[in-house]
Parts: sequence; structure tokens; C-alpha cells
Amino acid sequence: MQHFLKIENLARRFPSEGSELTVFENVNFEIEKGEFVCIIGHSGCGKSTILNILAGLDSPSDGAIIMDGREVGGPSLDRGVVFQNYSLLPWLSALKNVTFAVGARWPSWSKQKVREHSYRFLEMVGLTGGAELRKPAQLSGGMRQRVSIARAFAIEPKLLLLDEPFGALDALTRGNIQEELTKVWSKTNQTVFMITHDVDEAILLADRILLMTNGPYARVAESVKVSIPRPRERTSIIHDPGYYPVRNHLVEFLVRRSKELAGEAMAEQTADEAAPLARPVEVDPARDAQGEGVVEKFDQYRSQKLSNGH
Amino acid sequence: MTQSLSLRAALLSVIFLVIVLGLWELTNQAPETSEALSEYEMLMGGAEQEARVPPPSDVIALAFEELSNPFYDAGPNDKGIGIQLAYSIYRVLTGYLLAALIAIPVGFLIGMSPLMYKALNPFIQVLRPISPLAWMPLALFIIKDSETSSIFVIFICSIWPMLINTAFGVASVRKDWINVARTHELSGLRTAFTVMLPAAAPTILTGMRISIGIAWLVIVAAEMLVGGTGVGYYVWNEWNNLDLTSVIFSILMIGVVGMVLDMALAQATRLVQYAE
Repeated sequence: MQHFLKIENLARRFPSEGSELTVFENVNFEIEKGEFVCIIGHSGCGKSTILNILAGLDSPSDGAIIMDGREVGGPSLDRGVVFQNYSLLPWLSALKNVTFAVGARWPSWSKQKVREHSYRFLEMVGLTGGAELRKPAQLSGGMRQRVSIARAFAIEPKLLLLDEPFGALDALTRGNIQEELTKVWSKTNQTVFMITHDVDEAILLADRILLMTNGPYARVAESVKVSIPRPRERTSIIHDPGYYPVRNHLVEFLVRRSKELAGEAMAEQTADEAAPLARPVEVDPARDAQGEGVVEKFDQYRSQKLSNGH
Repeated sequence: MTQSLSLRAALLSVIFLVIVLGLWELTNQAPETSEALSEYEMLMGGAEQEARVPPPSDVIALAFEELSNPFYDAGPNDKGIGIQLAYSIYRVLTGYLLAALIAIPVGFLIGMSPLMYKALNPFIQVLRPISPLAWMPLALFIIKDSETSSIFVIFICSIWPMLINTAFGVASVRKDWINVARTHELSGLRTAFTVMLPAAAPTILTGMRISIGIAWLVIVAAEMLVGGTGVGYYVWNEWNNLDLTSVIFSILMIGVVGMVLDMALAQATRLVQYAE
């Protein structure tokens, strides 16, 4: 089967003090059309670099990215990006920031059509009624990120890249925008690749979560399927029987195994230069847990947590 | 509170003005003469043994007279202050706009390309500290026209701040904004006009404001050299006429016009300013 997006043996090395520093290597994964994929890993594992390479703003030292049967090289309107720091143009109003992008995407469209299209997406993120005419400096952080999301969705890219879009927001605003993001995503059936540090955010939003080991020599070690039915809501998702198995798995990886596997990767590196194609291990903790009886698993989790507390 | 602050400041300004003018007026009175002047004394200009600065009352009287008819033209040696200022402003603006026409595109080039920056930097560093008036003999020899030569001097002195500020403004456009242009597949030219120019505009305008100030300083000296017309010539001509009242009056007018030019550029800067 042809995958929509295929990342093959991706590596990025930076020159440092005469030698080379390998941030990550042997990164292999696929994304299907319409899939929402999150990537989690500790700082310095090269998540942002992978996203920048996907966006075409950076180029890999090794490996290739194939999207829709064509190799990615350089930035393109096929791939929209939402940056962590919003990256809105401060001299344009919120609306103009969106029409700027829409006009670039469809240069033949009339002004009227560009405006209508932009308004449709600003409405989806709840930014109308005068707020759309304000400059970014006059908007709160949450509203700015809404504009940025509207801008990225409005150009209807084949792949949407989100670089920790909620990293700079307070918990309350973050929750609201997460919900808006799910709404817009379900309406547009967009393929999304998102970086996050927040385990709960990843479970709420993603179909699949990629886990990276610690850098240097980081790689994508696991691909965790989130088998929790949609639509998901922040308040009810924690009662889903699949929620804690997934969460425990992720936290356990981040706390313990991301470090252990990093050591393993380095050992492999020295032992065998020509490593075989390293594929992420596919796991589905939510489905696995159902076989074992979810209640037991949950109790186990709670007692574990209690004993950890003492 | 702020209103009362500016009110108090204005009051204080008036007090300072009155004190300075009062002292000036009192210390520069013509000495009293008790007896009738001899024929010799009349010839030598009264009982004054030392030259004195004309008191402010004389200057104000002259200012009133001159400003009530600023555009009279009674021959090459006697033109109204308005005409002289208009000549100077025309030269400054012509030289200045020509400089902007060159400095802003070249500044863009230098700001966008580190190679061009490194290649052109030595020339800029050598040419920039040259006093604009040092160019005058060469300009007169090559151009063979005093009017155009003074415009050239304005051009050469106002180009550097604009060039350097444009280059700096363009070079320090935030990487994020350029990435936005790149991910939206904007062409180089469209990136320059829709992203770089608005982003660098406040810095460019600051350079333009510095330039207009320097240009106005230099035009007075340039016109003293080339003569003929302009406010610089006017000042020197009145000095030769030993009409110090007119000298003081024109000095003040130079100050007022300089302030207006600066305020205009400050206003323009405010128009392109943005908050991040």
C-alpha cells in the first residue's frame, strides 16, 4: 500500500568542533491521509528539526521524505505550518494575516472570494465580531494562536505541521483551543503532524503518537495507537477505559525508556555502522488493556501511583 | 495629570524665554549720550566704542517686517527670507530624495546578502566619514554648476544614514516572518515588498530622519560656499552687510525649518511603526 507521507532513514547532523553531532538518525515512519499524528520526546531529540525538514525550511543530512509520491525539497503551500510563537505579521490585522496566506495560495481568486474564504476559517476558530480587524499586538496569546491556526487551515494544505502550538498558552486557553482544533480538523479532514510536550494533549488529539528517544542519536522508537473513539472531549476522555493504559505507557516511556533506549541506540551505533532499517515498534495499549480487564489495570495504576506517592 | 504637566512645562518655558530675552535686551543697550555728537562721532556710528549684539526687540521688529512680506524680490542681493528658504528646501529635498532612491534599494541588497555586505562595506566605511563639503571642489569641477553641486553635496551626506539603517533593518527582519514568506511560496520580489519592507520600515524611516537633519545642517554651509541664493548665502551676505539683526533672524528661521522637517519625518515614522 502506498503511504501518503513516508519518512525514510531521515538523519540530521550538525558540525560541531571539528566532528559532527548527530541529533537524530534512522528515523522512519509513515502518515496516512487524514491522520492526526503527534510526536513526543524530550527537548533536544530533534522534534522541531524533523518538523522544519517536513516544512522544507531545513534539509536533512540523510534520508528522504516522500509526500503523495513526490520527494519533499523546499517549502511549499502543500504544507502549512503553525509555529509555536504564532509568527503573525504584526503590521497586518488578524484578517489580513489570513487573506495574505489565502491570496498567496490562490492568486487567481477575487478579493471578495479571498475575504469570504478567510472569514469562514476565522469563524471556525471563533475570531469574529471586530476582533479580526485588530493587530496581533492587540490580541491575547490564545487569540493570536487562533489566527495562526486559521491561517494554516485556510490554505488547505495537504499536510499541516504544528510546532507545539499551545506551548505558550495557559491551561484554560489551551483546553479551549484544543477543542477548536479538533472541531476544525474533523470538518476539514486534514492530515496533521504535531509536536507536543503534553501527554494528555496528545491523547486527546492524536490517532497515533510517535515516541522519540533522547538525543543525540535520537530515533522514533515507538508508534502508539490511540484506540479511543471519537469525538473525544477533555472532560469525558479520562473516563474512557483506554485512557489510562495509553497514558501510563506514554509516561513510562518518557520517564524511563526514552533514556534507556537512547543508550541502546548509541551502543548499536558503535557496534554496527550499517544499522538495519529501524522501524518504530507498533503498540496499542488501549486495545491490549481491554483483554486484561480494564478495571484491574486501572486499580493497578492507582495503587502504583499511591505507592509512588509514599 | 499629564495635562497639568505640559501646562507647567509650557509656563516654565515662557519664564526661561523671558529671562534670557530680558538679560539679552538689558546687556545690549546703546550707551546713553549726554552731549550732542561731534561730526566725527556721527561718522563713526554714534557713541558706541564697541560692537554690540542687536537686542531682541530689534530682531522681533525685523522678523515682523520680514515675515509680513517673505517673498519679495528686489534683485540678487535683496530677496525675502521666504524665497531664500524655499531655495534651500528645494535643494535639500532634491538631494535627499535622490539619495533615498539609491540608498534604500542598495540597503536592501546589502541587508539581504552577506556577500554584498562584505564586498561593499569597505567603500562605505571610507566614504562615510568624509565631510560632505570636502566633495564641493570636485563636484564644482565635474558638474560645473554651483546649484547642482550643492544638491550633490546634500545627496552625498544624506545617503549614508539611510543606507546603513536600511541594511540593518533588512538584515534584522525576524527569521519567523521570512519563514512565513517561504512557506507561502512568495517570490523574492514579493517577499521584499510584503514582508521585508513593512518589517524594516521603522528602521528605514529612522535613518531617513537622521539624514534630513544632517542635510539641513549641511545646506547652510554649502550655500555659504557657493553663494547666490539660499538661506546659507543669506546669512553670509547679511554678515558682509554687517546687518547682525538679519543674521540672528535667519539663524532662528533655520532652526524653525529644521524642526518642521524633523517633525514631518517623525510623523511618517509613526505611520509605519508596529507593535510586536
